Amino acid sequence: MSPAPLLSVQDLKVHFDVTRKRLFGGTPAIVKAVDGVTFDLKPGETLGLVGESGCGKSTLGRAVLRLLPATAGRVVWLGEDLHSLDHAEMQQKRRDMQIIFQDPLASLNPRMTVGQIIAEPLSVFNPDLSGTEVKNRVRQMMAKVGLLPNQINRYPHEFSGGQAQRIGIARAMINNPRMIVCDEPVSALDVSIQAQIVNLLMDLQHEMGMSLIFISHNLSVVRHISHRVMVLYLGKVMEIADRDSIYANPLHPYTQALNSAVPIPDPDLERQKDRIVLKGDLPSPLNPPSGCPFRTRCPRATEICAQIMPDLLPAGPTHHVACHHAGPRER
Amino acid sequence: MPAILDVRNLNTTFSTPEGTVRAVNDVSFAIEPGETLGIVGESGSGKSQIFMSVMGLLAKNGRAEGSVRFKGKEILNLPVEELNTIRGVKMSMIFQDPMTSLNPYLTVRRQMTEVLEVHRGMSEQVALKTAIDLLDIVQIPEAKRRVHMYPHEFSGGMRQRVMIAMALLCEPELLIADEPTTALDVTVQAQILDLLGKLKRETGMAIALITHDLGVIARLADRVMVMYAGEIMERADVRPLFKSPQHPYTQGLLRSMPRLDEHRINRLQTIGGQPPNLQHLPEGCRFRDRCPYAFDRCAIEKPLLRQVADGRVKTCHLESL
Repeated sequence: MSPAPLLSVQDLKVHFDVTRKRLFGGTPAIVKAVDGVTFDLKPGETLGLVGESGCGKSTLGRAVLRLLPATAGRVVWLGEDLHSLDHAEMQQKRRDMQIIFQDPLASLNPRMTVGQIIAEPLSVFNPDLSGTEVKNRVRQMMAKVGLLPNQINRYPHEFSGGQAQRIGIARAMINNPRMIVCDEPVSALDVSIQAQIVNLLMDLQHEMGMSLIFISHNLSVVRHISHRVMVLYLGKVMEIADRDSIYANPLHPYTQALNSAVPIPDPDLERQKDRIVLKGDLPSPLNPPSGCPFRTRCPRATEICAQIMPDLLPAGPTHHVACHHAGPRER
Repeated sequence: MPAILDVRNLNTTFSTPEGTVRAVNDVSFAIEPGETLGIVGESGSGKSQIFMSVMGLLAKNGRAEGSVRFKGKEILNLPVEELNTIRGVKMSMIFQDPMTSLNPYLTVRRQMTEVLEVHRGMSEQVALKTAIDLLDIVQIPEAKRRVHMYPHEFSGGMRQRVMIAMALLCEPELLIADEPTTALDVTVQAQILDLLGKLKRETGMAIALITHDLGVIARLADRVMVMYAGEIMERADVRPLFKSPQHPYTQGLLRSMPRLDEHRINRLQTIGGQPPNLQHLPEGCRFRDRCPYAFDRCAIEKPLLRQVADGRVKTCHLESL
């Protein structure tokens, strides 16, 4: 039997009311940023969340941490629904769940030293620790993420983007959390630095055993780091599968289009590649298409797609897909 | 036929309170008619500042020296009025963020027809028709209706197309594209890359494609120039460059990218360390701190850009990798 999940997200919905208030009402407008998402996360597992801007991947990451309220559904953490806890109870859970952000410099307080930034979560949850002990733990953590412990009194602006991301990782890791949501952690970094940070996250996971929710629009990086991958489109899950199935044998036409759109750094392959070029842009999330949200850009769409949103159905032992016309790509 | 763009010994510096920043250091290259030159590098490599110098768009504290010839005519540091007969007309530039070149207060029609009337002497009617045709070429659906809209009414990918259409108004011989797809989603990026490829084939215009993405370069470029810390590390035809990179930095960049077309490896190769601070550049080779092949000579003697084989040039003491 597979181990019990650390996190179990059940039919989660996060809707935003964006109605413009006018004297006589105005037209109601709801953005369904996350609309009925279900998945499990096992201890030590990395789940990649991919999709284009507006697909709800960051909203989902935040709702999982209860940084945003859920409109409906449950986020079950080790058997307890996070969205039903009171503030103090939730605060205790936060020790075990952390987040790192895309823009490392913007997410660090410019007035705090690196040492203070990394120590803050430690002191919050261990108020009895002595100053010396805190400093020692911070230094150990800095060394672990590849920072020089003698930089402990420097300020964030003295660091480059890649180094600043290491500070963010050290801060997230200092309490030895069981899960970290990584929201586009390498997207703002240069190619040569991206690889360093990806390797660091994988090494830390290997050593400390935490689960990762790795949110990214970069399919190559997601394939490298993830055990399973979930593809989102306008707030709905299109496909979820273990890494090898979803990349070698994607069954949803959107996953296939995403895969084929990634430019390959090989001139011959890239120019001969048979790409699926989708029509148009992402529809407005304010006014999503009826039925399957992808149908307006889908090369396989038929009448039924406009009427019924397909259920997420099993297509293999570790593979689920939501498409009326799911199947391998026809060449 | 002279090159479209011939840049020789370009040095671009910025004076800052902390000292002089050497953003571009003795860079020479040419772009031939119809050619797409890819310029690849990380942030701070100087890849954008080369072309900001070419276009006369440097920030106030910036200074460019050397020579830039457009079809034989020297254009570096020309007075603005003279430069304006070339830039935006015979060479135009598009940016990562389309809103930097679109005016939010004017309809697309107004922005496009004004250029056509002033630079190409068209009547209002002909200008409008030309504008609509260009929007068609860049695949804006319902161009006839949309030409009357404001930039904010377009999606990100559509705005990028409008900006490309604007850049094409005067039928430029050189299009400078600075990270044209970096802010776009991959499915939209694929559309824009297809469009640039189509324009390249159909109009024969030369393109300078500035990007950090080697995949984008692989798709469109004929030749590639790899920049690091303000210098050219390597320049070669696109196929040999990807097949057998001859500079350790090019090799490192290619190896550090996870790739969808290959078997997954357990650990990514990395280039260690950080890019150098442009105010305190190391002696000798600028890449040596991060170079796995560095030896004594690299610290003492700065390698010069030199010819190797098949028109390839590189800045490295090693004969081959």
